[in-house]
Amino acid sequence: MELYKRSLTDLKNMLDEKRVKLKDIHDSFSYRIGSVDSKVKAFVNTNKDLDIENLNENNYKDTYLRGLPIAIKDNISTDGINTTCSSKMLEDYKPPYDATVVKKINEAGGIITGKTNMDEYAMGSSTENSAFYPTVNPWGENRVPGGSSGGSAAAVAAGMAPVALGSDTGGSIRQPASFCGVVGLKPTYGAVSRYGLVAFASSLDQIGPLARNVDDIALMMNVIAGNDENDSTCVDREYPDFTDYLKNDVRGMKIGIPNQYFEIDFDEEVRESVMNAIEQFKKAGAEVERVDVTGAEYALAAYYIIATAEASSNLARYDGVRYGLRAENVQNLKDMFTETRQQGFGEEVKRRIMLGTYVLSAGYYDDFYLKAQKVRTLIKNDFDELFEEYDLIVSPTTPTTAFKIGEKMDPLEMYAADIFTVPVNIAGIPAISVPCGFDQKGLPIGIQLMGPHFKEEKLIQAAYSLEKILDLDIEYPALK
Amino acid sequence: MMDKNYETVIGLEVHVQLDTNSKIFCSCSTEFGSEPNTNTCPVCLGLPGTLPVLNKKAVDYLVMTGLALNCEIATYSKFDRKNYFYPDLPKAYQISQFDLPLAKDGFIEVETEEGTHKIGITRIHLEEDAGKLIHEGSIDKSSGSLVDYNRTGVPLAEIVSEPDIRTPVQAREYLNYLKKTLEYLGVSDCNMEEGSLRCDANISLRARGEKEFGTKVELKNMNSFKAIEKALAYEQKRQRKVIDAQEKIVQETRTWDEDKGKTISMRGKEEANDYRYFPEPDLVPLEINKEWENEIEEQLPELPAVRKKRFIEEYDLPEYDADVITDSRKLADLFEECVSEYEDAKEVSNWIMGEFLRLVNEEKMEIENTKITGHLLGKMLKMMEEGVISSKIAKTVFEEMFYTGKDPEEIVEEKGLKQISDEDKLEKLVEEIIEDNPDVIEDIRNGKDKAIGYLVGQVMKETKGKANPQMVNKMFREKINN
Repeated sequence: MELYKRSLTDLKNMLDEKRVKLKDIHDSFSYRIGSVDSKVKAFVNTNKDLDIENLNENNYKDTYLRGLPIAIKDNISTDGINTTCSSKMLEDYKPPYDATVVKKINEAGGIITGKTNMDEYAMGSSTENSAFYPTVNPWGENRVPGGSSGGSAAAVAAGMAPVALGSDTGGSIRQPASFCGVVGLKPTYGAVSRYGLVAFASSLDQIGPLARNVDDIALMMNVIAGNDENDSTCVDREYPDFTDYLKNDVRGMKIGIPNQYFEIDFDEEVRESVMNAIEQFKKAGAEVERVDVTGAEYALAAYYIIATAEASSNLARYDGVRYGLRAENVQNLKDMFTETRQQGFGEEVKRRIMLGTYVLSAGYYDDFYLKAQKVRTLIKNDFDELFEEYDLIVSPTTPTTAFKIGEKMDPLEMYAADIFTVPVNIAGIPAISVPCGFDQKGLPIGIQLMGPHFKEEKLIQAAYSLEKILDLDIEYPALK
Repeated sequence: MMDKNYETVIGLEVHVQLDTNSKIFCSCSTEFGSEPNTNTCPVCLGLPGTLPVLNKKAVDYLVMTGLALNCEIATYSKFDRKNYFYPDLPKAYQISQFDLPLAKDGFIEVETEEGTHKIGITRIHLEEDAGKLIHEGSIDKSSGSLVDYNRTGVPLAEIVSEPDIRTPVQAREYLNYLKKTLEYLGVSDCNMEEGSLRCDANISLRARGEKEFGTKVELKNMNSFKAIEKALAYEQKRQRKVIDAQEKIVQETRTWDEDKGKTISMRGKEEANDYRYFPEPDLVPLEINKEWENEIEEQLPELPAVRKKRFIEEYDLPEYDADVITDSRKLADLFEECVSEYEDAKEVSNWIMGEFLRLVNEEKMEIENTKITGHLLGKMLKMMEEGVISSKIAKTVFEEMFYTGKDPEEIVEEKGLKQISDEDKLEKLVEEIIEDNPDVIEDIRNGKDKAIGYLVGQVMKETKGKANPQMVNKMFREKINN
């Protein structure tokens, strides 16, 4: 088997058993990028400074990640390396510092091999909103990879990196993971430092891993989870060794199936596949019950108010004064601000800034922002109550499999793609998307497992079990 | 001057830089006067992806200020974003506090000629300062704007008063009180020139007895307490004229033009910003428990009003002396240090209010930069009491101590300033003077007792002030009367 098809865990073991050279691993991934990325377009930039020929394996042999390649989404700051957020605004922006997760990866001996494409400023569900080019789903040439971490999901699915980091504000890790047939975890809000993640919606954003199996998710969580003195919203607590929870055992686990989610009109093939997976959980000894959730129908509305409000403020700093794009030939300060923002931001970003500005404006704040915050509290409390009784809540990750490039032109239709994933961010809980089957077109389907705050290990154990039980043996697509 | 028909209503908004070593949300230095953009980092420059981390010291200082101004300290408080575009604001929002300030509902009492006046403090909140625009030459001639972000993120306390101030003089006294208190607390140097204290004012007029407020005008750009007083007095008059002419006051922001001595319209109400405040998601809410509050309360120094009262009671100082000496914490500390070594408090107070403040004012020095200590002054006063030096020589010694910080004994030794108390030496001089001034002696014998002073003066002159005047006086009396 080619090295690029192997998981991070496999490669780590092979290096330890001296069955392979680190240089050969990097060669393999580099070759793979060279041969398929011109079609997939998963990367915005690859690490040109990486000198594979002179890679000293000994420098990495005592590290946790052994010098293995890792791709990261291009909204995560890398010292001296372009961090574009797939926006014209930041096309030439090089941060003077590393994000905390980047620091942690470097300290753990991981080698960042590239920065992946995304919807501009993480706003979108298809990676079509990249200012540079859309990424193509490796499972079908005319299909979107999902978004906004579409580049990360596609890179992993196409074997251009064993694992990647993404960011998830309303489903941006789980939805592309589902569309690309990989595993994606959105950790609890506060489990992974956001320092260095270019903010979209600060109270919802969270960095997390994407990989081809649950083992690699556990490995990456061991590296990136933890408190950070640079992020006040990070929680100071002890984390377990997540690889201890790679156990095929769901006996006695109580799983809730939310009625209101399944009442939504969504793809039948997705429904069947998810129901089948739930059936498998039951067979393996889990207790499965139907549960009622409140507020689900308001989640999407509340999300698009809170997220856009925060975005309107977070993206105000791109004014052309200090870094990034600055409009030329302007007459005065106001023109410089407006022209820079006019030229630098894409349509979806502008739409959300306007929405967010509107909902925070005098006279509208109470009706929109405040009300959305109340819905947020409701949803959060509802989940908290459910988790007093259930270990997991299970739903589809997305209402459909990967749609066609250019298919969804109406923003509202696009927003609806996040219907199952958004409540998780609103409640701040962790959730994982795992492949659970394919539709008749051969496109992957994902199931979403949601857990209580800071119980990622539970998600990892359940997801690992499901992976073993279903044994899908996914043959990742080799692009022609 | 009281206006019979109209009452003036003034409220002040004071921004004070808190004197922490590092900025409010990052570890950059807050030092004033550094090279532009050297005290900056990705956080205070608002680079994408950076996050604020609250400096606890700034919270301590604000709570201290709140307690000193009789405020209620919030057990639960939070930060909010105030959104607006300006090149000196790197994130395009200022992290401030909107509806849940750290301190609220306080008051202070100011003394004016009209008596004691209580002024309410609506709220005190914590926020970050912005940077500074720099222009080559003047703002309209400069080819562009340069931005210095050194000041960005310096912690600020915004102290908002109730509209309880009725005269420009009260406004100045309110500010004096604030400045004095903050200086006592050691939380700010309140230096208006360096911008560590800034003040905006709201002023309106209403008919006496009227409950409703008149239309208010906001005043900006006053660069000293005096300017604030002048701007308010000008505005009071201007508004009065507008009202007398049966015209309407326009709600607007006006800027004080110091050179012209008048306020000029800057912008109207309709141009006011909608700041779109919302809770800052990057910071967790601030919870101050009783324990934390008590800990800060214990650190509170004795405040000026209390100290003044104690000085009057404990040291028997006249109210005027106590007022002058407690005006600054450094001065009061100097006084107390000296009194602990030299008991005559009034004498100490005389020297501090007299020679010491004279030199400080002459040299335009800050009190903390002088070399005088309470110990040195006490030692000098003791030497005077013991007759080692005369009061006249003492002034010379004091001046030397003021500039050099040398020990008074050393100064007296070096300069040969020791008082002559040698009886033989003095007797000889006295006899000479008597011989040289027969007319004066005659006058004294005829009852013109005061003329003895003239003779003593002659001896002092001969000895360059070193003779012990009491001894000389006694000798003249004995010799002339014999």
